[in-house]
Amino acid sequence: MNFYTDLDKYGKNVAVITDKGEQLTYDAFLFDCDNLVSSLTSRRLLFLVCNNSLDSLVAYVGALRKSIVPVMINSSIDGDLYRHLYEQYKPAYVYAPKGWSPIATDLASNSFNKLNSYRDFDMYETCCDAEYELHSDLALLLTTSGSTGSPKLVRQSYDNINANASSIANYLGIVPGDRAITTMPMSYTYCLSIINSHLLMGASLVMNDYSIIQREFWTLFKESKPTTFGGVPYIYDQLKKLRFGRMNLPSLRYITQAGGKLSKEMAEEFNEICESKGIQLIIMYGQTEATARMAYLPWEYAKEKAGSMGIAIPGGEFSLIDVDENVIHEPDVVGELVYRGPNVTLGYAESYKDLALGDERHGVLVTGDMAKRDKDGFYYIVGRKKRFLKMYGNRVNLDEVEGLLKKEGYECVCAGVDDHLKIYTTVVDEDIHKNILGFLSKTLGFVQKSFQVIVIDEIPRNESGKVLYSALN
Amino acid sequence: MTNLEKYKMAFVKGLELEIDFVKSGLAYSEIENWDSVAHMNLVAEIEETFDIMLDTEDIIDFSSYDKGIEILSKYDIVIE
Repeated sequence: MNFYTDLDKYGKNVAVITDKGEQLTYDAFLFDCDNLVSSLTSRRLLFLVCNNSLDSLVAYVGALRKSIVPVMINSSIDGDLYRHLYEQYKPAYVYAPKGWSPIATDLASNSFNKLNSYRDFDMYETCCDAEYELHSDLALLLTTSGSTGSPKLVRQSYDNINANASSIANYLGIVPGDRAITTMPMSYTYCLSIINSHLLMGASLVMNDYSIIQREFWTLFKESKPTTFGGVPYIYDQLKKLRFGRMNLPSLRYITQAGGKLSKEMAEEFNEICESKGIQLIIMYGQTEATARMAYLPWEYAKEKAGSMGIAIPGGEFSLIDVDENVIHEPDVVGELVYRGPNVTLGYAESYKDLALGDERHGVLVTGDMAKRDKDGFYYIVGRKKRFLKMYGNRVNLDEVEGLLKKEGYECVCAGVDDHLKIYTTVVDEDIHKNILGFLSKTLGFVQKSFQVIVIDEIPRNESGKVLYSALN
Repeated sequence: MTNLEKYKMAFVKGLELEIDFVKSGLAYSEIENWDSVAHMNLVAEIEETFDIMLDTEDIIDFSSYDKGIEILSKYDIVIE
C-alpha cells in the first residue's frame, strides 16, 4: 500500500500547473496517470526518462499506482551512460521524450513496441523480455552517482517513500493550499521528495523545467504564485547574484536548502534577507540512501544555529560513533553520523539481479559524513569520511572519477572541494591537460571551470602504495 | 582589442567554446555548453571585461549573443 493509490480523495484540488499555465485537478491528473500505464503489466521495470514536465510526472505517479517500478533517469544523461544502465537492468518498458536520441537505434531496428503516448512522450515496450523478480517491497530506483557511469541504483521501498513524505509534510507544515515550483531535476531525490510530500497533502506542483537564471522561470513564478521552492548551494549562489533580496515575491512562504552544505556566511546572509521578507529559510540534510531527508533546522533556530544542519526529522534519530564504532555521548566531539529511521532505504543494486533483494540495512544508515552535536542537540557537518564531492548538488565519487580517467589512459589522482574537482597529474603536457578537462566536462556534464589540473612531481603514496590524499593540498 | 573582440572572448571563456561558435544566433540552451552554470560564468566574464554590474533583469535576459549586444548598449558599451 502506498499513498499514491489514495490520492483520489483530493479530487477537485489542483494537482499540477504546467509551464504553459494549464491546471489539472487531482481527478484529471490521476485519470491521465492511470490511462498512460493501462496496458503495462505490474511488477515490471520502467526506465522513466524525465524532465520537469507534466508528461514525466504522469508516468511517475501512474507507475507507482500500478506497482510498476520506475528507474528515474534525467533526460540530459550522456548516451553511453544510458546504454550502460539499459544493459545492466534490461527494463520491460521505456518512457522517453519523442525524438530522444539515446533510443534512436532501438527505434530504427524496430526492437521497441510503442504502447502509448502522452503529450510529448512515448511509452515503449522493449525487447528485453527478461523475466526477473522484483522484491515485493521495491517501489522506486534512483541513481546516486549516475554521472560517473556507475550503474549503482538506490532501492527505495513503498514504506520508505510514505514515511519520508509524511515526515517532511509534518515538519514543513504542508497544507493543500501550498504550491511548490520545481527548480531541480525530478530524477534527483531532493526534488522528488518535494513532489512526494506535496502530493501526499493534496497540494500543488508547478512543473518547471527552466533554470532560475532564465526569464521564463520568473515569468512562470509570477503567474503561478508558488509558496515554496528548494535549492542546492549553487542555486543559492545564483539567487545571490540575481539579488534575491531585492525581489518582490509575496507568494513565498518558505524556501528550503539541501544537497550540500551552505557556508555559514551564505546561511547568515539568506537568513537576514528571508527574515526581512517574512520568508522562512529551512536548512535540511539528506541522502538518496535515506529516501531523501534526514534532518532539518527549524526556522526559529535559523539565526541562533546558523551553520547547523539541525535535528533529526520526525520519526528519525541520529547518533555519532567514533573510529571503534562506540557511541559518542559528549557534546562537541566529532564522529561519524549514523541515522536510524523508517526512511532508510533497502540498499543498492548494481544490476537487475539485485532487484530481488530485500532490506539489507534494517533501518540504519552510516552516512559517511563526519559531524558533531552541540549541547542543545543540534548537529553540524564538519567533513566527509568517504571520498566524494558534491558538484552542484550531485554526488561525485572521486575514486570512480579516477577510474574513468584511467580507462581513458590518464594516470591521475583526484581531490578538491564541493563544486571544484582537482586532478593531480605528473604529466606536464598542456594538451593532455586540455584533453582531460574536455573529457571530464563531457562525461560528467559539468563545465570545465569546475575542474582544475594540477601538476605534481610525484603522486604521494605510503609504503603499501596507497595514495596519501591528505598530502595533496 | 576592440569591444567586439572582447565581447567574443567573454563567450569563449565564460561558455568554454571555440571562437568559431561565437557569433550571431548563439543562444542559451541551444548548445550543450550554455547551461545555467556556464551562464553565471559568462555573466562574470562580461562584467569583468567591461567593468560593469548587470542588473537582475539583464542577467536573466542575456539569453543570446545578439540580446547581449542590445543589453550592453544600455550600459553605453557599443559592440561593433
